Amino acid sequence: MMGRVNRLIDWVDARLPVVDAYRRHMSEYYAPKNFNFWYYFGVLSLVVLINQLLTGIWLTMFYTPSDGFGSVAYIMNDVSWGWLIRYMHAVGASAFFAVVYIHMFRGLMYGSYKPPRELVWVFGMLIYLALMAEGFLGYVLPWGNMSYWGAQVIISLAGAIPFDVVPFISANEAKEIGDALTTWVRGDYLLSTATVNKFFALHVVAIPIVLLALVVLHILALHEVGSNNPDGVDIKANKDENGIPRDGIPFHPYYTVKDLPGVIVFLMIFAVVVFFFPDGGGYLLEKPNFEPANALKTPEHIAPVWYYGPYYAMLRATTIEFLGMSSKAWGLIAMAGAIVTLFLLPWLDRHPVRSVRYRGWLSKAFMMLFAADFLMLGWLGTEPAEAIYKTMAQFGTVYYFVYLWLILPLVHRFETSRPVPERVTGGRH
Amino acid sequence: MNKDGVNTSRRTFLIGLTSAIGAVGAVGAAVPFVQSWQPSARARNAGAPVKIDISKLDLGQRVVEEWRGQPVWVVRRTNDMLNALPKLDGTLKDPDSSVESQQPGYARNEWRSIKKEYLVLIGTCTHLGCSPKYEEQPTVDLKFGGFLCPCHGSKFDMAGRVYKDVPAPTNLVVPPHSYLSDAVIIIGSEEGETKA
Repeated sequence: MMGRVNRLIDWVDARLPVVDAYRRHMSEYYAPKNFNFWYYFGVLSLVVLINQLLTGIWLTMFYTPSDGFGSVAYIMNDVSWGWLIRYMHAVGASAFFAVVYIHMFRGLMYGSYKPPRELVWVFGMLIYLALMAEGFLGYVLPWGNMSYWGAQVIISLAGAIPFDVVPFISANEAKEIGDALTTWVRGDYLLSTATVNKFFALHVVAIPIVLLALVVLHILALHEVGSNNPDGVDIKANKDENGIPRDGIPFHPYYTVKDLPGVIVFLMIFAVVVFFFPDGGGYLLEKPNFEPANALKTPEHIAPVWYYGPYYAMLRATTIEFLGMSSKAWGLIAMAGAIVTLFLLPWLDRHPVRSVRYRGWLSKAFMMLFAADFLMLGWLGTEPAEAIYKTMAQFGTVYYFVYLWLILPLVHRFETSRPVPERVTGGRH
Repeated sequence: MNKDGVNTSRRTFLIGLTSAIGAVGAVGAAVPFVQSWQPSARARNAGAPVKIDISKLDLGQRVVEEWRGQPVWVVRRTNDMLNALPKLDGTLKDPDSSVESQQPGYARNEWRSIKKEYLVLIGTCTHLGCSPKYEEQPTVDLKFGGFLCPCHGSKFDMAGRVYKDVPAPTNLVVPPHSYLSDAVIIIGSEEGETKA
């Protein structure tokens, strides 16, 4: 029996390098032995991705874009187990962002974007961007009143673009190019079935293909340069006589076995939310979305889902007008700039020390303040724009940019770092 | 130039030419894909004008109708509301309606309407498209009444003019409209009377 299986593997391997790929990415991919808690979240995002793909494919079997609200009600009430599949998908969207945000914070703490891992970070940021697009498009599909007004707000952002960014569409029917662009995105003069149909196609076909390709690139780029670790020590600098890093252990079986309990704990928490708090108190599924889209009735308080909160807070906090541009255009620039700046992190961070563990206390304090600032902006983005909140969001926005553009590039000049050890610490293998 | 019998400059030229023509072809092929996102013939036909009967409107009352999927308001303003308008000029971003895209020429006047009494507006905020609330009575935010956007707190006076220091960049839009008679306004068409 084993002989036959081995012969089959040999036969395939002579035609496609599967054994080589398995070695390179699993059994002979040497990861640092000192991974800690924060290193679960890469594999967890893969678990959530699979959950989204599986439940998403099943939802398309019952969803109809021309009757978005009705067909979601149908899935919830009439389709066998439809409620579970839909809740897994809806809660999964929030879970995706939760694990990705923690994964990104891990990168920020340990300088995982610093050379030679710049491309790993850039591909990761592209994944994050694709996820944000995917989340927005998916949010519109149930066609509840918050879907409608959320889409109204986001699509009208395209109206702040002052020049023709899409070739071959002209403004002859609209007064301004911004109007022509929003009409083009909607496929109608108002949000309608044409828009939902388009978003459905993008949500279930176009973006997922891009997302999967980016995930492959993210992992290939990572495996080319090797994983970072909490100490920020380059394990490839210290290899044994066989060329294997002394501080490295094979990904399989060591980390596959370690990740498994992490996945189990995650799925337990996930199941508790899916079964007992599927709407997350209005944070995962917002109350106004339980009534159908209504063009004549704006919900009392329009808030994005929590994972867009920070950027939405920055958009709202921008109320200045200068250089001949409107506050709306500047809001859009602040929002886009916040994301673009994250792409540039590998080049903005000029600190000679990779991991925050060995950086000075200034680095530590400013980084924690940045994390707190991001959380505060996220919370403010989901709250009404009242006076004190607006001021807080304005301070938060300023610190966000000051940290990334001034503190991160310069802080190493004002602090003494601790010496980085030769070998990793804390691993017990 | 020549290396092992290869004419490199000719090769470079041909590669450049092929790429350029290929790029033109790719751009051409993109046209139908981009254009298919435009409103279809069916959607274009659906954008027809809407008639509103204003004969039963009380002083201070507002009616909301739908045109091209957007809320259109007609407000019959009281004398108090009209008298308050000039007092507000100093607190507004664009008191003289100088942004041309926000109203047709016939509504570019002190009260932003054809007939002084009747205000016609598209009821979506010029910031991000929420629908502002009508505050008929004076409030803390709006001393003389007006419109308050629940999303981001933009404020507009009783002529749809935007206040300073709010996120909305411009005044509310006056749609193209005209009077078919004293009792009927048509939205989206200028076939009727556009003078007071």
